[in-house]
Formats: sequence, structure tokens, C-alpha cells
Amino acid sequence: MPGKPKSSITKVTGSGSSPAGEVAAGPSRVAVRKTYKLYIGGAFPRSESGRSYPVTGSDGTLLAHAAQASRKDVRDAVVAARKAFPGWSGATAYNRGQVLYRIAEMMEGRREQFAAEVRAAEGGSPEQASAQVDAAIDRWVWYAGWTDKWAQVAGGSNPVAGPYFNFSLPEASGVVGIVAPPESSLLGFVSVVAPAVATGNTVVVIAAPQRPLPAVSLAEALATSDLPGGVINLLTGSVGELAPWLAGHRDVNCLDLTGVAPADRVALAVAAADTVKRVFAPTGFDPAAEPGTARLAAFTETKTVWHPMGV
Amino acid sequence: MTVFEYAPAPESREIARLKPHYGIFVDGRFSDGRGEAIKTINPATEEPLTEVAEASADDVDDAVTAARQAFEPWAALPGSVRAKYLFRIARAMQERARELAVLESLDNGKPIRESRDVDVPTAAAHFFYYAGWADKLGYAGFGPQPRPIGVAGQVIPWNFPLLMAAWKIAPALATGNTVVLKPAETTPLTAITLAEIIAECDLPPGVVNVLPGGPAVGQAIVDHPGIDKIAFTGSTSVGKMIQRSVAASGKRVSLELGGKAANIVFDDAPLDQAVEGIVNGIFFNQGHVCCAGSRLLVQESIHDELIGALHHRLRTLRLGDPLDKNTDIGAINSAAQLARIRELADSGVAEGAERWSPDCALPDRGFWFPPTLFTGVSQANRIAREEIFGPVLSVLTFRTPAEAVEKANNTPYGLSAGIWTEKGSRILWMANRLRAGVVWANTFNRFDPSSPFGGYKESGFGREGGRHGLAAYLESENYLAR
Amino acid sequence: MTATLRPGPLAELARDDSSLRRFLHGLSGVDQVGAEGRAAMLATRSIKTTAKAWAIDAAIGMVDLTTLEGSDTPGKVRSLCAKAMRPDPSDAGVPAVAAVCVYPDLVETAVRALAGSRVQVASVATAFPSGRAALATKLVDVAEAVAAGASEIDMVIDRGAFLAGRYGQVFDEIAAVKQACGSAHLKVILETGELVTLDNVRRASWLALLAGGDFIKTSTGKVSPAATPPVALVMLQAVRDFADRTGELRGVKLAGGIRSAKEAVRYLVMVNEVAGQAWLRPEAFRFGASSLLNDLLQQRHKLATGAYDGPDYVTVD
Repeated sequence: MPGKPKSSITKVTGSGSSPAGEVAAGPSRVAVRKTYKLYIGGAFPRSESGRSYPVTGSDGTLLAHAAQASRKDVRDAVVAARKAFPGWSGATAYNRGQVLYRIAEMMEGRREQFAAEVRAAEGGSPEQASAQVDAAIDRWVWYAGWTDKWAQVAGGSNPVAGPYFNFSLPEASGVVGIVAPPESSLLGFVSVVAPAVATGNTVVVIAAPQRPLPAVSLAEALATSDLPGGVINLLTGSVGELAPWLAGHRDVNCLDLTGVAPADRVALAVAAADTVKRVFAPTGFDPAAEPGTARLAAFTETKTVWHPMGV
Repeated sequence: MTVFEYAPAPESREIARLKPHYGIFVDGRFSDGRGEAIKTINPATEEPLTEVAEASADDVDDAVTAARQAFEPWAALPGSVRAKYLFRIARAMQERARELAVLESLDNGKPIRESRDVDVPTAAAHFFYYAGWADKLGYAGFGPQPRPIGVAGQVIPWNFPLLMAAWKIAPALATGNTVVLKPAETTPLTAITLAEIIAECDLPPGVVNVLPGGPAVGQAIVDHPGIDKIAFTGSTSVGKMIQRSVAASGKRVSLELGGKAANIVFDDAPLDQAVEGIVNGIFFNQGHVCCAGSRLLVQESIHDELIGALHHRLRTLRLGDPLDKNTDIGAINSAAQLARIRELADSGVAEGAERWSPDCALPDRGFWFPPTLFTGVSQANRIAREEIFGPVLSVLTFRTPAEAVEKANNTPYGLSAGIWTEKGSRILWMANRLRAGVVWANTFNRFDPSSPFGGYKESGFGREGGRHGLAAYLESENYLAR
Repeated sequence: MTATLRPGPLAELARDDSSLRRFLHGLSGVDQVGAEGRAAMLATRSIKTTAKAWAIDAAIGMVDLTTLEGSDTPGKVRSLCAKAMRPDPSDAGVPAVAAVCVYPDLVETAVRALAGSRVQVASVATAFPSGRAALATKLVDVAEAVAAGASEIDMVIDRGAFLAGRYGQVFDEIAAVKQACGSAHLKVILETGELVTLDNVRRASWLALLAGGDFIKTSTGKVSPAATPPVALVMLQAVRDFADRTGELRGVKLAGGIRSAKEAVRYLVMVNEVAGQAWLRPEAFRFGASSLLNDLLQQRHKLATGAYDGPDYVTVD
């Protein structure tokens, strides 16, 4: 059996400060380990392919075997996202705000777990890890506030020269395929997912391949936070293998290539052109900066309505 | 039982957790005010509910000082931090929603169905909405870094005690102002409980101060030199006094005053829904609503049909115990208000309009007025011109859209209006011409934190709610919109 | 009762397609949001203690206990009839239901099983549930059910014709079926889930009432959505307005998807406040249901014992 038995042993006997969050109650306590699975349609399946891949921490120790998603998992995730789209985009903006805020509440209660997982994945000090978790929670709060304001900022009435009432509104584009940034396992992930769902899109997101575990744990918070199943679908595995299927999928409306290296973006952008997907590929992504509104704008359409005025 | 008679379904008053005494809230602490304590009564029974401390002029001084001291640090906090406090308040209100609803109905007399389904959830939603703005003010169209005004003195009415407190406090805090709020003399309890919630949410002391009391406290707040902005909701006569009082002071003012809204029904209206909208427009909260649709303008061709349908519907209204979950019409808030409604209704009869009410037994004790319909009203009658602020609907007729607009606008007020027709083009034509701050089409009395609310003409100025509601609490340079 | 309209101001309407169209499209529109809001407000009524007890018994007496499966057998129908006459074996005080509703070929079985009781036998006819058959076939279907002893006939309208605007055809078909019913009562199923808009529900309601339907009924139970509160609201408004204009009291039957006592009580509140007390009896209001009855019985037990009931304490028939 392939793998790294040595590091595996290290983990079982890990102390209370085990980076993966395995807090041992005492020397005799054998920790119960978590299986890190995909999150599709509100459920946590293993990959349909049955594959997994080892995920190691910043110090090289084995943290877990994550599910290695296949093209069929992409397919299933897109189906789930499309199914969830009418309900989520049709929910009131107020309701979406409540749900996003609830996600922040759910994360707040698990701050230590997230911090431990972030630190295991990325290294750094406990303070840095905690700061990233706090920023990720606050980012949900930021977008919770945007849900019912974006239309007020991005929309408005247009004083056309004639007896017409004319107004423009932003509407969710549909299903957004996202490649999460590789460097920031939690804040980066939240920073790309939250703006897409805030405006009513549903999402299929590929987590950072080398550091997917905090995102999988986040999915567990999502599953307990009033977020309808299918609004956020999480895949772990190889970007090189999965992203082309997402880019070429005819039922995906937008593509966020934040987590794709510049050299690899072109092929995906070309594939996306087949169905005229909106492609968002920012340069110089800094998850710590104030997010602004570019990501809200990237995945919304503007709809303009004309109506006559007369007796 | 041979017919379907609804058994009493009263909400328990224990849920309100009434205390024997309520204090004033200054600088983060509750204390006895230095004024005379007020006895509040349950308007549905006239029984005393509890005792509330009244603020004195010195208490106003202390509150303004506390608010002044709290202002700079509060305004200097990152918006995201203020946002979190407001989100906390919103959540805490949601958690204590039932308690607040029962307390509101006890103190105000409004049906529990309304306090439970409208007042409290809308109040919490208002905090939730403005929480989200606190760290996004640069996107609101008031320049890149809009600044707060300072200390806001806020005086609110008795018709929606908690909701009006939320409308006032939430935008003020989101934009970085601090607050001295005076609830109405007859309905202070939910505002004081909101102060308790605010204290539990660990807001810095002095950011919100709540001073129960009567007109003298209100006047002291209005006149206080340490206050930078006055926000008032109430009668037009008091609003005018306030505007005069602060004329020379340089204080910013926003006023949300009275109304005499026209609810205009065309012959192609969805009639069953129009009936509901008319009923909701005038009998919601016993008609104690500044934007109430108190003038029904009905196209002459459907007058009789509509009045018949209204009679049918009014007979099903359930008047009585505000805490009964099936009550539609509760108590009038005070003896004084009841006297005013009676006086105006009597004038309607004296001026020749025809008065009708369904058979409806009024409780022996408490302040009650039956749902009342006046037909044959003319524009010249007092009941067509003066704000009654009670469950009294005046019915007038019109023949053409232009006449409807003319009659609707023929009032010094301009808060709201309703249009009922299935023809969209006419809705927009009418809306374009109506001189009113809110126009409801095929609905009435809808409120949402994201939707600006406020009046034209003598109904006041400034808007509450929505992006526009921020303007009332921001320094006035760089305005995109007021 | 005759199949055609009695002489009167409304009789003129059925003269032809265009006059029907003028009338139906001249009815006041229904604003969906407002109608839903009204239905939601009525759902907040809190029905407790004595009112609840009354409502539960009233609802039991308004049930058309229904089985409309391809797998129905005489044994199944006999069992259902026993339940209809005595819903709760442990309590003779529970009223019998209004009717048993079966396919035409099982009418005879039901009639025999219910002999001597006041429970009516209703039968779906007219090529239920699609209604896609020639008129002659539908009439034979009706005649046979009536001949077998059905005292109530539940027909389906031709939704295709209705949606295509051939109102005269729908009218004539209902009128013909009414005639074939003889003395049996006719319930006209609008299949509101296929009419989709509340404006259509209002027009179809009036069309069915004008053509002589004794009841208007929401659904076959085979199409979703079936009975919903806004649809019930609009249909109750139709019978109320029809009574205002003609003095004739026609009934409403809600069918499909009503499974809980709570929903049933909410609908009775709606009947009470929208149509009025006169409709709160089995002659004017029915629930077409199967599993609803057991929930009503369980809630009845709850009121009697004070303890929540379990499914093992009601019979499965």
C-alpha cells in the first residue's frame, strides 16, 4: 500500500498541539480522525472515482488523505449547483444576508479548529493562523452586508428621454466555477466564494490542491448554517485535471481563475469562450486587502426594464 | 357549538417579563431619572403596567455629555467594528422577539399579530440592514469617506415604539454618530428594553442613551447646544415647532410627520386585493400610522361594489384583547388620542358624511374605537383634510386619473399614496404625478429596511431606510442624494 | 336541477364563446402577491381548545375519503367504507365522513358497503384524471357511475380547451355532464395546478358555476401543485360572489396534498372568513383526502387525552 507509514505513526501519537487539530485527551486516548470528503449538493460524498491523495502539512507530515475528485464529480457538482440556483437566486437578498451571517456565526464557534488546520497547512505562527481565521469570518460578515445593498449601488433608474420608466438591476449570472487561490487556504477560499454567492450565484469551487483541509472543514460549517445544499459545492483534487472540465462545461456561466497560475489561464479562458462564460482572472490577488466590489460585479448581469407611463 | 367561534388564544403576558420599575439609560448605566416617575398603563384595560423613571433637564445634560464623549472614539472605530455591534443588536432582538412583541402590545395596545409579525422583525431587520452599511459607507454615493454629524437627538412617537427606535438608532450608529433618544411618554418600555439589549451587546457607554419622558424632555433635547442633529417622528405641529426651535442653531434636522394619504382605486383594480389593501391601509395599527391610507379615492363606477365588499370584509375584523393572537384591531393608545378620534368622527357626521361601522362590541374598559367608514365625504370636510390617526376611513370618488391625482395632491401633506389598477402604465403615470414620498401600487403599508421612507411638503423631509437613510446622518458635503 | 342556467341575467353569458370570454375576462383580476398575503394572514389564526375541537369534527364530516389508485380492489374499497362510517373504532362519537370517492368500476362495491349509512358515494368520471377522451365516452363514464349508485360525480374539465380559450366547449361539456348526472351532484375539477394563474382559477371557477357545477374542486390529486391556500381563497371568493349575484349557494372541494389537521383547520378558517358560516357544512365544503382523516383522528385524541398521539392508535385502511 502506498503512503507514508512513518508520518502516519507520528500522527497517531501526536500531542495536544497536533497541527491537524487532533487534541489528545491523554496519553491513552487514540484520536478519532476525520475523513475529508467532497461537499456536493449538501452531502459529503467521497469522490465517485474512489481516489484520494495525501495532503501534507507545511512541515511535510501527512495530515490526511483528501478525496481526489474526478470529472464526474465536476459533473455532479454542476448539476447540484444548477439545481440550487433558482431557489438561492430567488431568495430575498435579506434572507441571503441572514444565511451568510449565520456562516460567520458557525465559523466563530470553531475558530480554534480552523486556526489549527490553517497553521498545519500553511505553517506560520498561531497568531498568524488565528488572524487569517478571524479575517475569513469577517469576510462573510462583509458580504452578508452586501446582499441587500449591491442592487442599490449597482442598479438604479435611468432618466430616458420619453414617457417610460426605466430601471437597471444586477442579477446573479448563474453557476460560477471557481479555482480557489493556492496560497491562502481559508481566507483566500472565503474571499472567492462569498462574493459569488452573496449576489445569488451558486458555486462549484476547487479548493487549493495542496491545502484543501480548512476548506473541507469550512464545508462542514456551511452544512450547518442554513445554506441550502448545492449553493456551494466543494471539490478537492488536481486543478489541472478538474479545471478544464469546469471551463468547458456548457452549464457553467462564469469562471473565476484566481487560483490558476497565469500561464495556465489561457487554455481555460479559451475553453470558456465556447459558451461565452464570464471569465474573471485578476492579477495580484491579496486576500488581506479590503475586497471592494469587483467580485460582486464580475458575476452579475445587468437587466434593464422599460415600462411606459400613461393613463 | 354550532358555529365556528374562535376560542380565546391569548399570548401570555409573562413573556414580556415586565419589571416593576424601568430606569433611564445614560452612559451605559440604568438609573432613576431625576424627573417625576411616570406610571404607564395598558391602554386595553387602563390598568397600570409599571413605573418608568422620567428624565430631567439635568439627565438630558448628562446624556448629551456622555454621547459627546463617546462620539469621537465611536466614529473612529473601523466601520467593520461598528457593523459587528449592530449585527449583535439585530440578532439579540431576533432572539428576544417574542418578549419584545408582547411588551409592545401591552404598552401600546396594538394586536400581538402585528407586533409579532411586523414591528419586531422589521426593527431587527433594520439593524441588520444598517449593520451592513457601516463598513461600506464609501460605496454609498456620499464621497469616499463620508463623516458622521456628531450627537443625534432623536424623538420618536408612540405608534411603533420599537420600530421607530430602530429606524432612528441603526442608521445613526452605522454612520458613526452617537444618540440621545427619547421614546414617547405613553410607550417607553420597548425602547428601554432595547437599551438593555444594547448594553448586553457591550456597546461602548454613551453611544446610545435613552431618556423616557414627556414633551419637556423632548424640548430639552431639541434645545441642547451639545446636540448636532435632530431626528423627529411625530405630528406636523410638533415638527414645525422643532424646525422653528433649531432655526438659528445650525443643527441638522430630519422630520417624519403626519399624512393624509389617498388610496386610489380604479375600476380595473384587483378588487379583492384592493379591499385587503384598503383595510390594511387604514386599520393596521388602529390607523395610528402616519402613512395610513385614510382617504379612499374610488372611481365612481365601482363605488357601490367596493363599499359593499368593504362592509363584508369589515364585518370579519376582530376587535379586542391585543394579546389575543386572532385580534385584528387593538386598543387606541391613549385617552387623549381616543378623544381626538371621537371629535373628528363627530365632525364627519356633523358635516353631513354618512358613518358606518360593523356590529362590534367594544370592551367596557380601555380605549376603543370601532372600525369606521365615512361615505359621501367631500374634499372640504375636516375628515378629508385633517389627520385622524385612528381607524376611520373617508371615502371620496373621482372620475378620471387626472382628477384622482388632483384630489390626492390637494392636501398640505405628502407622505404616501396608494394606486390600485391592473394597468401598469397608469400606475407609473400616477406615481409620476403624486406628490408623496412613498407610492404603493397594488399594495399598501409595506415597509422594508432597504426602502427609503419619508414625506413631501408638510409630511417632513429626510428619508429613513435604504441607502438614502444614511444621508440624514452624514455631513452634507459630497452628496449624491439626500 | 337542469343542466342549463336558470333564466336570469347570467344566462345570457353562455350564448357563445365570445360572450363567455367577455364575461370571464371582465371579472376583476387577482393580484397574486396580494392573494398570497391574504392567505398567509389567515393562516396565522390561532384555533385552540373548543374551537379546535369543533373544527376537527367539522373537518371529519367534510372528508371525501378517497382511493384512486390503479391497484384499487373491492377489498380495499370495503375497508375504506368501514372507516368512512366509523372512522375511530374506539370512539362512536366521531362523525362519519361525508363521502367515499372511488373509480366508477368500484361504485357498486362502495354502495353496497355503505348501505344504510349517510355516507355518500362519489365517483370520479369523465376519463379521470386527464379528461382526454371524447365527450360521448365521458358521458357514458358518468352514466355508468350514476347507474351503479353514485350520488356525486367528480368530473375534470378540459384544461386544454380552457387554456386555448374555447370556453364554450368547456361550458357545454360541463353542462352535458351535469345533465348526465341526473339527480347526482356534480363537482367540477378545475385542476388548478395546470391552470397556473389565479386569474385562470377565478375564470374557470365562474365558468364551472355558470355551467351548473354544484361544487368547484381544485384538483385530481394527480397533478402538483394541487390545493394551495391562494387557490382555495380565489375559489371561495368565486362561490361567495356567485351567491351574491344569484342567491345560489354552491360548494368548494379542496383536494390533493392536504394531509394534516392543521392545514384542514386553516382552510376552515378561510372558509369562515372569506365565504362565511353558510359554507361550513358538508353540503357546501369538502376535503378530498385519504391520509388527512387519520391526522384529524390523532389530533382529536390529543385533545381528548392531552398527550400527543402515535400512528399505531389509528387504523390503516
